Amino acid sequence: MAEIELLPHNVPSQAELPELVEELTTLNLGPTHPATHGIFQNILKMDGEKIVSGEQTIGYIHRAFEKIAERRPFYQITTLTDRMNYCSSPINNFGWHMTVEKLLQIEVPKRAQYIRVIMMELARISDHLICNSILGVDTGAFSGFLYVMQKREDIYEIYEEVCGARLTTNMGRIGGMERDLSTTAIRKIRDFIKTFPPVLQEFEKLMSRNRIFMDRTINVGGISLERALSYGFTGPNLRAAGLDYDVRVMNPYSSYEDFDFSIPIGQSGDTFDRYNVRIEEMWQSLKIVEQALNNLPEGPYYADAPEYYLPPKKEVYNNMEALIYHFKIVMGEIDAPAGEVYHAVEGGNGELGFYLISDGGRAPYRLHFRRPSFIYYQAYPEMCKGSTLSDAILTMSSLNVIAGELDA
Amino acid sequence: MLSNQEVAEELLGKYGDQVFDFEEPYGLLTLSTTRENIIPVLEFLRDHKSYQVNFLTDLTGVQYPENKGKEFMVVYHMHSFIHNFRIRIKVSIPEADIHIPTATGLFASANWMERETYDFYGILFDGHPNLIRILNIEEMDYFPMRKEYPLEDATREDKIDALFGR
Amino acid sequence: MKEVTIAEAPQGHSGAGFFATSFDEAIGLARSYSLWPLPFATSCCGIEFMATMGAHYDISRFGSERPSFSPRQADLLMVMGTIAKKMAPVVKQVYLQMAEPRWVLAVGACASSGGIFDTYSVLQGIDRIIPVDCYVPGCPPRPEQIIDGLMHIQYLAQNEKLRRRNTDEYQHLLASYNIQ
Ligand code: SF4
Repeated sequence: MAEIELLPHNVPSQAELPELVEELTTLNLGPTHPATHGIFQNILKMDGEKIVSGEQTIGYIHRAFEKIAERRPFYQITTLTDRMNYCSSPINNFGWHMTVEKLLQIEVPKRAQYIRVIMMELARISDHLICNSILGVDTGAFSGFLYVMQKREDIYEIYEEVCGARLTTNMGRIGGMERDLSTTAIRKIRDFIKTFPPVLQEFEKLMSRNRIFMDRTINVGGISLERALSYGFTGPNLRAAGLDYDVRVMNPYSSYEDFDFSIPIGQSGDTFDRYNVRIEEMWQSLKIVEQALNNLPEGPYYADAPEYYLPPKKEVYNNMEALIYHFKIVMGEIDAPAGEVYHAVEGGNGELGFYLISDGGRAPYRLHFRRPSFIYYQAYPEMCKGSTLSDAILTMSSLNVIAGELDA
Repeated sequence: MLSNQEVAEELLGKYGDQVFDFEEPYGLLTLSTTRENIIPVLEFLRDHKSYQVNFLTDLTGVQYPENKGKEFMVVYHMHSFIHNFRIRIKVSIPEADIHIPTATGLFASANWMERETYDFYGILFDGHPNLIRILNIEEMDYFPMRKEYPLEDATREDKIDALFGR
Repeated sequence: MKEVTIAEAPQGHSGAGFFATSFDEAIGLARSYSLWPLPFATSCCGIEFMATMGAHYDISRFGSERPSFSPRQADLLMVMGTIAKKMAPVVKQVYLQMAEPRWVLAVGACASSGGIFDTYSVLQGIDRIIPVDCYVPGCPPRPEQIIDGLMHIQYLAQNEKLRRRNTDEYQHLLASYNIQ
């Protein structure tokens, strides 16, 4: 048997091996990603499926509200507030009106306050409806979205009846409402109160105890109360983390103290809690609407402040004084007293604050909006750290970041 | 209920004449301090055993171009949930030395609000981890919210100045 | 059952077992009833698009059943909402990624002209960066209006000559926007 010659085999030594590098992938989520529901960019560093860190870019629809506000008379600014949180415009509108009324020290009659409450709570319902149903879409449940969209359409019809517009409502006036609730509007609201509960119940049946939905949302994107406070969370997102802070109760405005409602809170601040808090808030809002409608006081629907309240058209045509006021207000010739006001309302996403400095001129000297989305969205990288990408998407949609509010 | 009086006295006792200009517009306690003291004041309020003013509601800038030596102002709104007590603190800074220490060490939420203030007014927050523009494009070379800059888009030609009051 | 309307056949010659018409007509017909929109929704108008997409107004009735989120498979770019200067390059990029033939619908005052935001940060109409086929006015336009805009695009698609995109005028138009 011939001897086999063993050729020297070229095995690289350990030192010669190329070093194993753990590489992180960079994923660019946005600004036009279908899953982001809005225009913002997240640059995520991913380790396989897991998110290691994130960096956000915002400002893609920065529209310079605050700069415009310095050049426009007070009543024209309502139009800007519409476009901030466009899912719940009436809350923005009335928040602004109440700020100016505080500055001018106008007392709005009860009836107007109640009408405002009705509209604001309907707006809250429509805001939360969108948020929760989109959350459903992101977990793969499209049908819930289609059901509740129909109800949101009903809310829009009520808006339409009250102010003539569907989305950018520009509702009400400084000093009250622009017109009284018509009988059609009242009928539509009553209809809504009657037909909404079955739909919401159905929606809850589809989602709340759905195994897949629960698995996808429980313990996803949680935040501790302490961090939430440090990050300036307010509204449903803070309440989901376990603190019952609600401006409606803390600093009641527009007669919220007259109504009986409770504030739902969550425990862990995760996506599921946020979802549940929103659902429960819709039930509470419905309760408020019902109470306000049943106890709607009689009386005028606007304050007796002819210098600031845009007079009704009929008056303008028939009454010299009203014509003059109309002209002055529309041309922005009315000076407001100098002063400094901060007024907050409970917006769809939390404390919506208006910080107004007036120097006695026709327009604000400085107007700053405290936009809840803008403040809490910075917590997002921390909240999605360590989770998978698909969970991060859910976290984002349950935070309900509205691009218009984010970028102002 | 915590009264404005009580907090004002406590702050005066601690900081003496470093806190001044006490006011109560529409019931909200307002005071001014210097930029050396702003962070200690915020921290004092936040960590105060009984007040617990531990929520930074809002942070923004204001410009007063006529007010020489105090052209810019940073305004902090704080809130104590326990007492439902709000307080507003102002700090004036000169344009020539437009610096103020950052509050990001105390409140995570200050981060973006300070970036926004920087973006709008160019106020520099010393010690901020990432002080870059947030809403406008990086290349922008001015601070748009300052009163001297125009609101309108400069590229439009279809607007007649006389009609639009420019 | 409700009567279903079927799109009318284009002009042509028919006989036993055949129907002859020009490519222009047949392709135009097919295209116009299967426009895949790319909803480029940035702000408030996007919410109205949501309503348009929903069951109540139902844009699928017009053949736009499938919103295409990838520009590569989209025929129609629907720009809804304010486009800030920061966003402008993104819009252009999306437009460039679309294949010919492509149409652009500017929905709402902001996309058409900047709307109420004549400010330093807002692009004064998307036609400054990409060619637009149809403008839908309104702030926001009602869903019916958006659908009307879509129907105008359908009309354009149906009546477009096949070779239009090769013409000098068209190339010239693109060149004026610096698009090659
Ligand atoms: S046109 Fe009006 S509704 Fe549409 S994006 Fe602009 S501001 Fe919003």
